[in-house]
This record gives sequence, structure tokens and C-alpha cells, in this order.
Amino acid sequence: MSSFTLDGHDVPFTEGQSVLQAALAAGHPIPHLCAHPEFKAHGSCRVCTVKVNGRMVASCTLPAAAGLAVESETQELKELRQGLVQLLFVEGNHFCPSCEKSGECKLQAVGYALDVRTPHFPQLFPDRPVDASHPDLILDFNRCILCELCVRASAEVDGRHAFALSGRGLTKHLIVNAESGLLKDTSVAVTDTAVTVCPVGVILKKGKGFAVPIGQRTYDKAAFGFEGKKP
Amino acid sequence: MNSDATPSSSTGTRRIAIDPVSRVEGHGKVTLLLGADGKVQQARLHIVEFRGFERFIQGRPYWEVPVMVQRLCGICPVSHHLAASKALDVVVGATKLSATAERVRRLMHYGQMLQSHALHFFHLASPDLLFGFDSEASRRNIVGLAQAEPELARHGVLLRKFGQECIRVTAGKRVHGTGSVPGGVNKRVTKAERDELQAALPAVLRYARAGVALVQRLHAMNSELYESFGTIRSPLLSLVGPGGRLEFYEGLLRAKDADGKTLLDGVDPKAYRAHLDEEVRGWTYMKFPYLLALGKERGWYKVGPLARVQNCDVIHTPLAEAERQAFRAVHGGALVHAPLFSHWARLIELLHAAEVIEELLRDEALLGEPTVTTGERVGEGVGVIEAPRGTLIHHYKVDGNDVVTLCNLIVSTTHNNQAMNEAVRVVAAQYLDGHEPTEALLNHVEVAIRSFDPCLSCATHALGRMPLELEVVDEAGARVGLLRRGSS
Repeated sequence: MSSFTLDGHDVPFTEGQSVLQAALAAGHPIPHLCAHPEFKAHGSCRVCTVKVNGRMVASCTLPAAAGLAVESETQELKELRQGLVQLLFVEGNHFCPSCEKSGECKLQAVGYALDVRTPHFPQLFPDRPVDASHPDLILDFNRCILCELCVRASAEVDGRHAFALSGRGLTKHLIVNAESGLLKDTSVAVTDTAVTVCPVGVILKKGKGFAVPIGQRTYDKAAFGFEGKKP
Repeated sequence: MNSDATPSSSTGTRRIAIDPVSRVEGHGKVTLLLGADGKVQQARLHIVEFRGFERFIQGRPYWEVPVMVQRLCGICPVSHHLAASKALDVVVGATKLSATAERVRRLMHYGQMLQSHALHFFHLASPDLLFGFDSEASRRNIVGLAQAEPELARHGVLLRKFGQECIRVTAGKRVHGTGSVPGGVNKRVTKAERDELQAALPAVLRYARAGVALVQRLHAMNSELYESFGTIRSPLLSLVGPGGRLEFYEGLLRAKDADGKTLLDGVDPKAYRAHLDEEVRGWTYMKFPYLLALGKERGWYKVGPLARVQNCDVIHTPLAEAERQAFRAVHGGALVHAPLFSHWARLIELLHAAEVIEELLRDEALLGEPTVTTGERVGEGVGVIEAPRGTLIHHYKVDGNDVVTLCNLIVSTTHNNQAMNEAVRVVAAQYLDGHEPTEALLNHVEVAIRSFDPCLSCATHALGRMPLELEVVDEAGARVGLLRRGSS
């Protein structure tokens, strides 16, 4: 089997795998947010950035190739990833203490994994009301990190095309594909993949929050991408 | 005119400001207006920050509320967690919780009463009572207590630790857990957790009894001070349980007038608005609740341990009941209104909480499956609970999309607002020496506030350290004296 090196360790890969996929399969936890094993690599969050031959590149979109010398666990990359995550935190309204996704949230878990202890940047505090129009679901846009997983899942798996991103730069935001802009006017169902794929607390099942006690939540037991290490 | 109302016109009056009040969690400021005769004409306890929970809860999904509102406080978050849960039990149609859910919530709540009362008395108030109000400030704190009375300080720390463990096993964390959800609880109490708490109970009961005995000794040593310091007569309000027993989690409202005559009894707390109203005054962010039957001028009242222990007819746990009877016997059954007696009542409640926890830990229903009950949805819910410092009311309206449209919180500190103002006025009148503000005056005013509450932030907001400033201002607003010191 061919291999490349990641921080000096040999990482085997199969044809078609990305550096991120091969690294995760081999037990090397490169932090990431928009990448998901069920979906084509997206390369938008840049949290999985690694350094190859002196160039910064998203490992989720970089095809694994024999002989690559990949750097990941370096101070430079840690600081880069911290900055990206801090920007995500200040760009939305992420109040972990009262968020029902706390302990299950990938953004929070990656933040802990990267030792993000402060927002660092000024908070933008955008005004984003929730969309509670759907009988079974609620959309809390305050927590969107623009990973497009719901967009992709709704289009590619659920076949509903219920979500999209609109705007550019700082104004980029998640929208609902309905004339009213409300989730109730889509065909989205509580069983959709788009509902379960959200890595943060945007798409939520109504009345189910806080069902899992502290201590039994996913990231109470293992840090994201750092399983086996202390969270 | 209320005694704290702004005088329309007078000459020769001066205003003294104590800003902020220290060793009270939260940012408070006291101003004293002196008349031309040098006597205290008016006292105001200002809460100078704005918190705004009632507003920003609006627009949020209802199931988030019990977790969000507990951030009002770091000392008694469980009160808000459970009061919100109780209000939302109504909204989700959970008219009766499972036996396990009810026991788990009670253990969480009584654990909190125990830890909060321990913190209030041992950590925050006892240094004043043991060392004297004017003793050296650097010694008059929990560190000084640990040096001078290590065993007593240890009792305080261990009592608080035990209470927090009760919270941890029911809520998932010692502070700001998530155990209670609308309609029930999410966490199972394991046998191992129960056994660990049971093993610690004998010592807890011993420390709790020693605490009551200590307060009794302090009263006996200086009964004149304890009887007279900041005494203000007022009605008393609290929940009482079945048979008029002391009850912290679920009960009916009872109010007595200052002489003990019943004003309200058996009132379903959900109907609180038929009996209570709140007045807003421009100089503070805290509202002034009052009993409608008595009106704004005379309707203010006290809540908290002093109200609860004297409003109830009995405490169903034997050790605390014996102490209640001893307490009531001091004045031959007449109601006590002296704020320092609240520490005695507080320690009786701490002992009672320990006894109730003992009962709960013996109850096998505690170890059952955590369940959530639901029923017919309604659009509005009120949850009332006895928080460590007094009656706590949470009131929500939730729309058909599950979003909160109204939130009204009347916290214990707010109920006691006018009473604290009055106590400050009385203490200032007692201890003002001449026309100049003194350290002694500041200390005594703070002790009066602290007897009600070491925590003002739930009523509004709190941030940062608390240096103390006392300012004397004449009626025209010109400063004529200033006394400032660092935080203690």
C-alpha cells in the first residue's frame, strides 16, 4: 500500500482518498469542520489546513499521494486553525452555556481540541431571529458556520434542495428555499439527513434539547478528532 | 410618600453614597440623604447594572430556558433551573411528574439550599458575626475564618461541598448543570452516587447541628445587637407545604402581617398576579413588589429564611423542628423582624435540608429511570419555588411555535428590595456618627444587606471587583465628603 508522511509518521492510503481521510483512518486526528465522510470534500472551512512542501492546503481536498511530506501538528498550523475557529465563534452568536448542542457540537469540540479559550476577535453579535415555523424543527441561524452540510445533504441525499447559502463575505448566510423563507413552507422532514448532519446547533428537533445528561454526551467522552486523549 | 422617595424640596439635606457595597455578590450602591438635623431622612439601595434576562429570553425555544436562566446566578442557579422547569412543566402539560423525576429534582433543590445556606453563612456572613462588624477588613472573610476558626471554616466548606455533590449527581455539574428539563429530568442517580452521599450524611448532620448551636451562642452573647440591628417590621411571604409545613419545592403562598395575622393562605402560586404587583422606580433597576391588598405604601414584605421559618406551622423533620420551636420561643411565639435572626433561621433550614436529603436518599424511587412527562400543551406557565433567599417566581408565555413570548421573573432579592432599603435606613440611623461617613457606618450597612442577601446580581447584573465608595452630597448635588476603600 502506498503511503505519505504526516508529521514524520507513515500514513497508508488507498487510491482516491484525501490526505484527511487517510490521516483519520490511520488514527491521526486532523481537526476539521465542513468535511464529512458521506459527502464530497468541500474545502471551505480550512480548519483541516496542513502544510505540504511549504504550501498551506486543505487536507480534505488534497488527494493523498505517495511521498508527500505533510505537516499538521505544528504551532504555526495550530495558530492558524485557532484563528479560523475564533472567527467562526465571533461571526455568529455561539452561547455554549445555554446551547442544547453543547457536548455534541463539533465547533465547540474543535475549539476545545485547539485550546481556543477566548473569542480573541471582537464579537459581531449579528441579529438573527430563529425560524420556529416548522412543526418539528427549529432553525437557529445564530450558530451557522456555513459548512453547507445541510445544503449538500438536502440536495444530494434528501432530494429536497431546502437550504442554500446567500450573500457574499460577511453577509453570507443560510437561507431556506421557500418563497416565504420559512422552513414550514419546505418539504423538510424530521427524518431528513439534512437535519442530523448539522455539526452545530442550527437545525434542531423541537422539544428534544438537553435530553442527554452531562457526562454522557459525545464530546464528554472523547474529544473531537482526539479520541483517547483527555478532552 | 415612601421613605425612599425623592424629597420634593428641603434645605440642608445631604446625600451619602456607599458605592459599591462589598462582599455582596453583585454591584450595589447605597445613598443616604441626611436632613438638616443630621438624621438619616432616606436610604436607597441602588442596583446599578442592567441584566435584561426577561427580554432576551423572548424569541428563544422554551426548552432552552431552564438552562439559560440559571446563568442569572452562580450561587443558586438550581433555583432558576427548577423554577423555569416547573413553569414549563405546565406548558408541556406535565401535570404530575414521575416519582423519580420529582425526587431527583428535590434532591437537586435541597442540595442547593444546603450549599447556598452554607456559603451565605459560613463564607460570607459569619466573619462579621464572629469577629465584629468593625474588625480588621483583611481578616473579616473566609480566609480569616479559616485561620481563626479552622474547624468551623472546615464545616462550612464541607457542608457546601456536600450540597454541591447532591447537585452534581442530579444535574450533571456542581454549577449550571442540565438535569431538569420541562416535564422531568434527564439524569439517573446511580446507586453508587446515592451510597456516596449517604456515607457523608452523618457528618453533614453533625456540622449542620453545630451550625445552629453556634448561631444560638452568638445571639446569647450579644442579644441586644441581634434584637435591634436593622429591625424593620413588615409582612412575611413564603410558600408552605401540606399542613402548613416548611417547604422549598412545591407549595401554596402564605403571607402574614408583621404581627402574625394571616393575610394570604392557600394561594395557588400560579395566581400570583392576583395578589402581587411590582412598582418600577426610576433610580434603580430592581422592581418593588407589593401585596395588592395592602397597596404600594404598606404592601412590601420580606421573603427568605426569616419569613419561611415563621410562616410555616411545623417542620416535618425532627431536628429542624426542635430548632424551630427554640427559635420561636425566644420571643414567645411573636414574629421576629430583626435581620440578624435570618442567619439563625437560615441554619435551621440548612439542618432541615440535610434531613430531607437523608429522607430522599432512603427513597428507592430516587434511583428509577429518568423520565419526561408530557400532556396537553398550554401557552402559559408559572413556576414558583423557595430559593435560598426567598420566594422565586418564573412566568412564561410560549407561542404555538414553541418560542417564548413573555418572561417575568420576580427573584428573591426583588421581593426583599423595599425591606433591604428600610433596613439600611434603620441601620444608618443607628450608626451614623455625626455628619461624616465612616468605615463603621459602611460596615454596618453592608452587614444589614448581607443578612438578607449576599447576592444582588440575580435581580440585575454583576461584574468585577467591588471597591467601596461613600459620598456625601448636599441637596444641590455638590460633594461635601468622600470616603473610598478597596475591595474586601
